[in-house]
Amino acid sequence: MVPALRAASNVLVHVPDLVRYGSKPWRENSGGDAALAGALSRRLRSFAEAVAYPPNQVFIGNMAPGDLGEGPSPWYENPVPEASAKGAFGEILPQEDFYPLLEAADQFGLLLFGPDAPSGADAASAAAASLLEGSGPGKTGPGKRGREEEILGRIESGEALPLHRGGDLIGCVRRDHEADESLDARILLENLAAKASGAYALRHLLLQEEIAPEEIEYVISCSEEAVGDRYNRGGGNLAKAIAEMAGCAGAAGVDVKSFCAAPVYALVHAAALIRAGVVKNAVVVGGGSLAKLGMKAYFHIEKEMPVLEDVLGGIAFLLGSEGGGAPRVNLEITGHHGAGRPSTPQVMAEALVRDPLERAGRKICDIDKYAVELHNPEVTLPAGAGDVAATNYRTIAAMAVMKGEIAREEIPAFIESKGMPGFAPTQGHIPAGVPYLGHALVGMRAGDLRSTMVLAKGSLFLGRMSQQADGASVVVEV
Amino acid sequence: MFKGKKVIALGERDGVPGPAIAECMEAAGAEVVFQKTECFV
Repeated sequence: MVPALRAASNVLVHVPDLVRYGSKPWRENSGGDAALAGALSRRLRSFAEAVAYPPNQVFIGNMAPGDLGEGPSPWYENPVPEASAKGAFGEILPQEDFYPLLEAADQFGLLLFGPDAPSGADAASAAAASLLEGSGPGKTGPGKRGREEEILGRIESGEALPLHRGGDLIGCVRRDHEADESLDARILLENLAAKASGAYALRHLLLQEEIAPEEIEYVISCSEEAVGDRYNRGGGNLAKAIAEMAGCAGAAGVDVKSFCAAPVYALVHAAALIRAGVVKNAVVVGGGSLAKLGMKAYFHIEKEMPVLEDVLGGIAFLLGSEGGGAPRVNLEITGHHGAGRPSTPQVMAEALVRDPLERAGRKICDIDKYAVELHNPEVTLPAGAGDVAATNYRTIAAMAVMKGEIAREEIPAFIESKGMPGFAPTQGHIPAGVPYLGHALVGMRAGDLRSTMVLAKGSLFLGRMSQQADGASVVVEV
Repeated sequence: MFKGKKVIALGERDGVPGPAIAECMEAAGAEVVFQKTECFV
């Protein structure tokens, strides 16, 4: 079978009261700096502000990436009028409806909510509402409501962390072993957040495409969390937990990991399984990264900006066989970075862009759009972390100059034509080129786009096992 | 200009990696006392 990309779903979950549990805010605030904690809470956005934020509207498909470059900036001061939380291929979920999803994801009584905690009964999201059917308080699972003294007791004993809505304590999350750091309360909250947001993205995809969950045969998670206990930290298979929560009862699941490059590997692996006839369909899913919330918040506060890293991302892609105009995932044009090669940007661009295209007899200019890591520059630039997308487009354009495909003075036009501004939240694997696939499907169905190369890089050196970076690429085309 | 100097090399994933900076510095006669690559996204 010829593997094809059949659908894409991009979701965001606005979780202002979980920003404090991002790795950076947690470290800063656990140092006891009350002024810093106060500054953080004053700069958090409302749900309406997060919905109207132009990059978020692009992420869920209500605006094209190119609209960002044409609109006024800074984006956070120029909200989209009458913005909707529901998008062409995604949606934005409020925290109020995510707490019940976390509760539904919890099979071990890790969370304890009080009587005033949200139940999700009024969830505007059909995907969230359908995930909550059959779970929660009074139904299945551990979701009993706790008394305030019980919640306070767990927190004061040191076994649990508080969960808030605004200034109000509404529940807590506890550790599951006093001596196992892998089952620490904050780590378990990270894992639950990835599971719940991943299942939300997957269920949104299924509802959007009107596919019964039972029809899905295989789920590959590209989420980043190291799920496991102290004997098998990172043991994983979050994919199966996500599939179970999303109702994909017959699906096998497995995790693919390579830091931020994982989503592209996952697409290639899913397409290869379909091409080999192992399965007829597969879903690639990624849940959000709680650890990355507020990573650059203090730079934003310093510059009197809102805290923009207040959303968890979720992505889900359905792969099946060619037909009905669905673009194929072209496994003849996949790029990999060899383990012995240097990790410089130029060598990475050769490995991911130049070499696979050359092998297929294509030119760099033959690809209509390059979807590189699409980190929102409004988040990264104030922290001195550069414009990741623009940097990568310059490298690809330089490669085209070196190959004699374009003249040096044509670099800006090449970037304008084949690139786009970054629009994805800085959630590690979430911006990895793949958030463009929803837009690509729209463009290909309209006949405006023929091909896109998705490419992403992974920072292996962060794990201290190799000084290497990694990367992967693949072409999706009609 | 780097001969005899001590150098701290901080690389970035989308820019120049730490080991590449370190190699250049050593070739230029510097002593690299610390090198690291970071990812800020």
